[in-house]
Amino acid sequence: MSLDKRNALQLAALAATLLALSLASLFVGVADISPVDALLFRLTPIQKQILAITRVPRLLSAVMAGAALSIAGLIMQQLTRNKFVSPTTAGTMDAARLGVLVALIAFPGATLLQKTAIAFAFALAGTFAFVRIVERIKFKNATFIPLVGLMFGNIVSAVTTSVAYRYDLLQSLVTWLHGDFSMILRGRYEMLYVGVPFILVAYVYADRFTIAGMGDSFATNLGLNYRHVVNVGLVIVAAVSAAVVLTVGSLPFLGLVVPNIVTLYRGDNVKYNILHVALLGAVFVLACDTLGRIIIYPYEVPVGLTMGILGSGLFLLTLLRRNARGAQAA
Amino acid sequence: MSGLVSRALVKEAVVGPRAGVRARLAAVALAALIFLALYLVLNIRGDWQFAVTRRLLVVGAVVLAAAATGGATVIFQTLTHNHILTPSVIGLDSLYVLMQTLVVFALGAASPAWTDATVHFLLSTALLVLFAGLLYQRLFRSERHNVYVVLLIGLIAGTFFQSVASFLQMILDPNEFLIAQSRLFATFNNVRAPALALAAGALALAALYAAPYFKYLDVLGLGREHAINLGVDYNRVVRRLWLAVILLTAVTTALVGPITFLGLLAVSLARQLLRDYRHATLLLGTFLVGTALLGGGLLLVERLLVFAVPVSVIVNLAGGVYFLYLVLKESQA
Repeated sequence: MSLDKRNALQLAALAATLLALSLASLFVGVADISPVDALLFRLTPIQKQILAITRVPRLLSAVMAGAALSIAGLIMQQLTRNKFVSPTTAGTMDAARLGVLVALIAFPGATLLQKTAIAFAFALAGTFAFVRIVERIKFKNATFIPLVGLMFGNIVSAVTTSVAYRYDLLQSLVTWLHGDFSMILRGRYEMLYVGVPFILVAYVYADRFTIAGMGDSFATNLGLNYRHVVNVGLVIVAAVSAAVVLTVGSLPFLGLVVPNIVTLYRGDNVKYNILHVALLGAVFVLACDTLGRIIIYPYEVPVGLTMGILGSGLFLLTLLRRNARGAQAA
Repeated sequence: MSGLVSRALVKEAVVGPRAGVRARLAAVALAALIFLALYLVLNIRGDWQFAVTRRLLVVGAVVLAAAATGGATVIFQTLTHNHILTPSVIGLDSLYVLMQTLVVFALGAASPAWTDATVHFLLSTALLVLFAGLLYQRLFRSERHNVYVVLLIGLIAGTFFQSVASFLQMILDPNEFLIAQSRLFATFNNVRAPALALAAGALALAALYAAPYFKYLDVLGLGREHAINLGVDYNRVVRRLWLAVILLTAVTTALVGPITFLGLLAVSLARQLLRDYRHATLLLGTFLVGTALLGGGLLLVERLLVFAVPVSVIVNLAGGVYFLYLVLKESQA
C-alpha cells in the first residue's frame, strides 16, 4: 500500500471513531435523549436545553482539550529534541497552580471564570518570564531548555507549595487540577476557545518546527530564525496547556504519551503527524470520558482516573506488542 | 560560543583545570560541613546527649540520601544520555506517593504500616524494589534492549500511579489528607535507627556491587558504539549499573520519601559549578552539593522557620534560584 493511501486510511479511521464517540458522548447521560428524536427534531425544550448547556459543551471541551494538549506535547518534544518533555515542562503548569492559589486566597468571591482568568494570566506571565530567561542564556544544546524549564517550574512550585501548606490549601489545589469534565457547563468552559487560534498557528508553523527540531545550526543554515520559531512554539504550548489545565484539569498521557506513540510509528515530521496526533488525542479523551460516565451509571468516574487506568493499559499493550515485534525482527 | 571556548582554554592553560575544580569542591564540602555542624548543635534546650543522638540520625539520613540520589542520578543520566532525567522518571516517586495515600485511605493513619517507621520502611522498600525489579527484568530480557521503550513504560506506569493517587487524594477526608500530606514530601525527621541501619546496609551493598564499573562511566558517556569500540563489555557493565541505580533509588525513596528531584538539582548545580565532566569529579561534586543543599535546607526549616514548610520545598527553591543565577551569570560573562 502506498504511503499516501495508508495515511488517508489511518486518518479516516480515526475521524470515524471520533464521530462515533461524539454521538455516544452527546446521548449518554442521566437525562434520556434519544438520537432518533434529535434527528426528527422531536426534542422537548428541556432536552434541547440539556444539550445546549451540558452535553455539547462537554463534547466540545473534550475534543478541544484532547487535540490541543497532544499537539502542544508534539511541539514541545520536537523543539527540545527530547521525547520525555511534556507541554507542562516549561513551568506553565506550576505558574497556573500559583495562579489558582492566588485566586483562591485573594479573590474568594470571584466567579469560576474570573478565577480561571486570573490563573491563566499567571500561566502566561510565567511562560513569558521563562522565554525571557531562555533568550538570555547561551544555548549549550537542546536539553538546556527543558532543564531550565524544570528548574523554573520548580521554583514557582516551591513558592506555591509553601503558601498552600500554610493555608492548608494543598487538597484544594489537587481537587481543582484533577481532570474532570463533569463540571463543564455553558459559561464555565469558554476559556478553552483561547487555545484554538494558537493551534491554527501551530499548523502553519509545523514545517518550521520540524526543521527547528534538527538543531540550532542546521535550522539556521536552512534560513530559519531559530530563536523566533522556538519562542513561537513555547508561547503556543503555554497558552494551550494553561487553557486546558485550568478548565478541565490535568489530563495524564495526552501531552507525553500520545505524541510519543505517533512518532514511534511515523517519524518526526510535524506536519505529517499533526493531524494524527490531534485526532488520536481527541479520540482518547472522548473515549475515556464516555467510559467514565457509563461505568458506574448514573454516577461518574472523573476522566483523570479512567484515563490513568485505561491509558496506561492501552499504551503499555501497544508498546509491548511493538517491542515484541521489534525483537523478533532483530 | 567560540569566545567562551577560547576563554575557557586560556584559563585552563594558565591555572590548570584541576586546581580550580579542587578549590570549588573544597568550598562546597566546607559549606556542607558547616551547615550540618550548625544543625547538630544550634538551639539545644535540655538534654544534650538526647538531642545530639537524635539529630545524628537525621544527619546520617541526609548524607545517605545525598550520596544515593546523587550517585543514582549521575549514573542514570549517563546511561540514558539525557541530562534532564532522574531515576524518578520510571515511576518510583509516584508509586511511593500512591502507596502512602492508599495506606491512609484503606488502613487509616493508626495502622502500623503508617505509624511504625520500620514496618513502613520495609513495606515501602519491598514494594518499590518489586516494581523496579520487574522493570529491570523487562529491560534486559532481550539482548538488544531498548532503553527508550523501557523509560516510556516506566513513565506510563508512573502516570498511572499518579492519577490513581490524585483521585484518592481528592476523595480523601480532609483530616486524613493532612495526615497523608506529611509523607507526600521528603522528610528526615521520621527516620528511626533500625530503618536507617537497614537502608545504609542495602545502599552500601548496591554501591559496592556497582563500584568496579564506575571507571567505565566516562567511556559510556561517549555512547554505545564508542564504548564497545574502546573495549567495554557494554551489556554487562550497563546491566550492573542499571541494577545499582534502581536499588539506590528504591531504598532512598522508601527511607525519606520522594526526594529524587534533589538528584537532578545536585547534578545540574555540580555541572554548572565544576565544569568538569569526568565522573569521578562529578559523582563527588554531586554528593557534596546535595549534602550542602539538604543540610542548609534543614538548618533553615528547623532552626529559623520552625517547620513552616517541608524541607524539600526550601531545597528546591534555593537550589533552583541558584541554578538560574549561575546560568544567567555565565551568559553575561
